[in-house]
Amino acid sequence: MTSFKELNYSTDLIMENTNLKTTGNVFVDNPRMSARNVDVYYGDKHAIKDVTIDISEQEVIAFIGPSGCGKSTFLRTLNRMNDTIDICRVTGQITLDGEDIYSPNVDVVPLRARVGMVFQKPNPFPKSIYDNIAYGPRIHGLTRNKAELDEIVESALERAGLWTEVKDRLDQPGTGLSGGQQQRLCIARAIAVSPEVILMDEPCSALDPIATAKIEELIEELKTQYTIVIVTHSMQQAARVSDRTAYFHLGDLIEVGKTEQIFTNPAHKLTQDYITGRFG
Amino acid sequence: MTDIVTKGLSPQEASARVQASLKQRRQKERRFRRLGLAAVLLALTFLAVLFTGILSKGLPGMFQYYVKLDVELDRARLDPLGDLSDASLYSGDAEAMILESALLTVDGEGGRKVKKTLRKMVSSGSAIRLIDFVKSHPELLGTRQQIKFAVDDDIDSFLRGFIQRDTPAKDRRIDDLTIEIVDKWESKGLISYELSDYLFFGSASRDAEMAGIKGALIGSLLTLAICISIAFPLGVAAAVYLEELAPKNRWTELIEININNLAAVPSVVFGIMGLAIFIVTFGMPRSVPLVGGVVLALMTLPTIIISSRAAIRAVPPSIRDAALGIGASKMQVIFHHVIPLAMPGMLTGTIIGMAQALGETAPLLMIGMVAFIVDIPGGFTDPATVLPVQIFMWADFAERMFIQKTSAAILVLLAFLVTMNAAAIALRKKLERRW
Repeated sequence: MTSFKELNYSTDLIMENTNLKTTGNVFVDNPRMSARNVDVYYGDKHAIKDVTIDISEQEVIAFIGPSGCGKSTFLRTLNRMNDTIDICRVTGQITLDGEDIYSPNVDVVPLRARVGMVFQKPNPFPKSIYDNIAYGPRIHGLTRNKAELDEIVESALERAGLWTEVKDRLDQPGTGLSGGQQQRLCIARAIAVSPEVILMDEPCSALDPIATAKIEELIEELKTQYTIVIVTHSMQQAARVSDRTAYFHLGDLIEVGKTEQIFTNPAHKLTQDYITGRFG
Repeated sequence: MTDIVTKGLSPQEASARVQASLKQRRQKERRFRRLGLAAVLLALTFLAVLFTGILSKGLPGMFQYYVKLDVELDRARLDPLGDLSDASLYSGDAEAMILESALLTVDGEGGRKVKKTLRKMVSSGSAIRLIDFVKSHPELLGTRQQIKFAVDDDIDSFLRGFIQRDTPAKDRRIDDLTIEIVDKWESKGLISYELSDYLFFGSASRDAEMAGIKGALIGSLLTLAICISIAFPLGVAAAVYLEELAPKNRWTELIEININNLAAVPSVVFGIMGLAIFIVTFGMPRSVPLVGGVVLALMTLPTIIISSRAAIRAVPPSIRDAALGIGASKMQVIFHHVIPLAMPGMLTGTIIGMAQALGETAPLLMIGMVAFIVDIPGGFTDPATVLPVQIFMWADFAERMFIQKTSAAILVLLAFLVTMNAAAIALRKKLERRW
């Protein structure tokens, strides 16, 4: 891996080189991931337009915006999940710890082990709870024996707040859990491979308020260890869980800032219209 | 706002019109329902007629008439060399001894004419039957045993009433003397009607009473074994490649269209291709299960590919996303998730393809599996025939008894098909997962 320092941009240099359209400060001092002038195209459709943003260590950053604004698309570029879509094309640069993740010699397999993902709909494998969690460590060869694997499974379930609920039925199918439990199982599955960043694509949109509260609590705990990027439709949720908020609009990144500032004193007109409910 | 309301119907008027149209709508629904029910009942009636027809013809074919004869198991005459070897037994007097026993049933009376008639009345396979009996019960040599022998197919047809007593003798296949002897056997209780052992354990024969399906059945199994071991892995691999790995461009589209077309190609064409390529060009032997299996594999391949692709497409994308999201490689996604989840659908398609192959006749005629083969095939390169071809051949024979044998063989074939389809359903039920 190329060292962090060699590839890291100087903030000043970027300010000179890019014609930033985004209001607020997109840069942080110690970025875990940074996107520079990222454009995404689906065939002819220009889905993400020249987005530049840094994602810091151990923070929760929320992407908000009206439907079709590109927030999910941008999230998926961060671990190259868009690769599975044939017509999708990404330009610009995205780095993880200073390393360009779109460089031709980067393999998506280790990348996705480092940048995990939780999806909108809970999607446990039709296997046992244990096998759901153990799948990642198994394919990446993280453990040498069964005892180590058991330990990883237990600690992942514990960190996802699911251990006490499922410890007596690890051999039962993960699909038999309730929606909220399934989503926490998916979070446990993502953290079982010890990622650095966890991407969450509207993780609570299919859940009831109680299950949502549990997930939000969990996000609060997880941010001490992981960088979390969350896409959400609920502005209250963004306000509750995130440290910083980024507002997307029709493929443009309109404004980035501290969450309190975005929700109490948005600098851009569009942001203001959106959070006051004038559209969305 | 007010304009729109005054231009439209008042709620009362609208409600009245809805009521008026309701009756007509209900009537339409009832009519459609009745038509649907009638269609289902009609289909069920046809099915019932078909099955009663097949069963009423086929079940009697499972049985045949035997005559019990008292045979003196004389060691010296049956086993002249005294070592129970084939050479010894076949050089013995088995045939003459059966005739002597038959003569006893008519109380030893009668001259050459009676002897000649008797010889024709007992199945010509009886000597082999006696030899087999001696081979399996050597300890009974020297005693007197009652052994059952199949009656000749004409006698069988007569006993079933297909050859009528009141037909003038010159138009009958059997003469008056034969009928007299049969009557005598019946009055002595020597005739029995039993499950036919020749049908299940015999091989092809020109004599209807000895003809059996064992050879054809084994030929079918050998052919299907080749067919499945080629078609299943190839079909699944092709489906996985086309669905998961191939780029979506004009070439793959062309391939897809051609696979669908291939599924609709008449099966005899595959037979001609097998003849031209495997037998003429590659010089593979004729009439063997190996070539038959390969030809049938090519024929069932499109079926398997199409159903496997449908099964793969039915695997929810969320499962793929989940696996990709924690860093599974493309191959891991395919082998750990897609194939296991698609397996029930793939297996169902394969079993249905196999059932199709089991019932196929035309392509096998082309590669010579229609030959008259008495020996039971012992391997993939032994000449063999298959069940549907055996049925096809029997249906061509003139003897009355072959009609029953044909129906019985059809029944066996149907039983196999039903079993295979039931297996497909059971398998799908068992492996089906919900997500």
